[in-house]
Amino acid sequence: MSDKLALPVKILVPCGSLGAGVREDEVEYGLSRGAHAIATDAGSTDSGAAYLAMGKSKNSRGAVKRDLMILMKAHARTGIPVIIGTAGQAGGDLNVDWTRDILLEIVAELGITPKIALLYSEQSPQAIKAFNADGRIRPLPPLGPLEDDTVDACAHIVALMGVEPYIKALEQGADVILGGRSTDPAVLASFPIWKGAGWGASWHAGKVGECGAQCTEKRDSSGVLLSVGQDGFEVEPLAKDNYCARDGVSAHMLYENTDPYILTEPGGQLDVTAVTYEELEDGRTVRVTGAVWRPGPYTMKLEGAGGGKFQTIMLVGIQDPDVLRDVSGFHDRFLDALYLRARQTLPPEEQDDFHISIRMYGWNAVDGMPVPEGTPPPRELGVLFIATARTQELANAIAHACNPYFFHFPAVMDKELPSYGFAFSPADVPRGEVYEFKLNHVVAVSDPLELVRLQWVNL
Amino acid sequence: MAKLRDVSRHIRSKQAGPFWVTIDIWFDGQTSFDRYKDSAGLSPDVFVDLFGTDAGLVKKISVPELNLIKVSYPRATPQGGVIERDMHSGQQYVRLLDVELD
Repeated sequence: MSDKLALPVKILVPCGSLGAGVREDEVEYGLSRGAHAIATDAGSTDSGAAYLAMGKSKNSRGAVKRDLMILMKAHARTGIPVIIGTAGQAGGDLNVDWTRDILLEIVAELGITPKIALLYSEQSPQAIKAFNADGRIRPLPPLGPLEDDTVDACAHIVALMGVEPYIKALEQGADVILGGRSTDPAVLASFPIWKGAGWGASWHAGKVGECGAQCTEKRDSSGVLLSVGQDGFEVEPLAKDNYCARDGVSAHMLYENTDPYILTEPGGQLDVTAVTYEELEDGRTVRVTGAVWRPGPYTMKLEGAGGGKFQTIMLVGIQDPDVLRDVSGFHDRFLDALYLRARQTLPPEEQDDFHISIRMYGWNAVDGMPVPEGTPPPRELGVLFIATARTQELANAIAHACNPYFFHFPAVMDKELPSYGFAFSPADVPRGEVYEFKLNHVVAVSDPLELVRLQWVNL
Repeated sequence: MAKLRDVSRHIRSKQAGPFWVTIDIWFDGQTSFDRYKDSAGLSPDVFVDLFGTDAGLVKKISVPELNLIKVSYPRATPQGGVIERDMHSGQQYVRLLDVELD
């Protein structure tokens, strides 16, 4: 199985994230161009800590099943491997298992029995504390050294995998790999590296293709084809009416990345300082050459997420001219009144452990900064109320206590009380827990698979 | 003096992991890039004033082939906390539009 392929190795990247909408015609095009494998991630940290902390997917089950069905049909027809990383949005064990169950349903419906590898990279708090005690964990700015309390505050902790666990699964004959949390480029780079393409070329191709068609020029499109050789790679869209251009491809190194030239990955750094980008005569493909892979100490980044406090929200719409005349002054008086009301109703032991925020949408909700003098009044305001407290019940109680004030708080005291525009009844929405990422640390490993569990599904 | 909005063709901001924001500024050509890339209007102190970040951690990298500078800084609070207003940091660049460059 580990026979080297004649270069280039062609990777069909069907989408930026599994469940985002794979297109059958695009997959057909990639297969017709001789794709050797299909690879995509299924998530990232972008959408916040909730998905890791809860072990839930952001994309719906139906959307993920639909996309995975298209990819598995392609596999059934051609036999090429399907590689999925960061399964279920966050790549924790629960996220991987959720995706595995969808996959098992699909293979049963298709009547196929592929060899399925599962790569788990979730870490127990005990293991993390032990690594920390051994001096194997170091912080990345802006965080400081890791404390045991921080580890305990995480509901789930994952280590980001590089290419090696995927290569291990491929070596052992995997037809389908469902990986836990991995770096986006690793998922795409693993197959070409396994088949003998250059490390620099493979990692760079993985970075450029990580968001599917985002590196292309037309937005209404989903995937790309990466053709990876020894010293470089070519990228083209899977949609026939789309094209890649030099600047769009080179600009992808900027995306969600603090350094446009150096990308730190498990086991080394990708250096694209000397890369050249060339538009090919077909008008749709860009050739990229010159990336260098610099092997280094093998570290894996850790992500940990947990909850703690709970929120309840309310929303009103306001067109009352008395409010709109002085939104900032109104905000300050309004917030004071809501805090006073909450304090009057909460028991003594809860007086200091809650938070109320009101966000004036249409005025300064997005930044919360002072609005320049002379800014004209908006036509209307949306006011979002957020109570944060130790439990959901307390957050709900604060919202209930504040409800009449939030509904009627006047801008002018000697007039009849106004009633603002609620959109719902009941007006308060228990929003659940507030989740945060708590780790920004790396762990040094002796072997790329030390923190990874490879399991096979028996069909 | 010029406002950043008048000498750039595109500016975007985005989270770079849960603890960092990265801002890409495409100047409207090489002339503006050369003239303003090192302007005091884009110094770390400005990012401290506008975003409450740590001056010592602000990173600025020039990409001459794109007439672009990239500035990255740690978020004042991590993504998704109690006082979150811009989960993906996609609106943070707006505060820079009226910064004066010289």
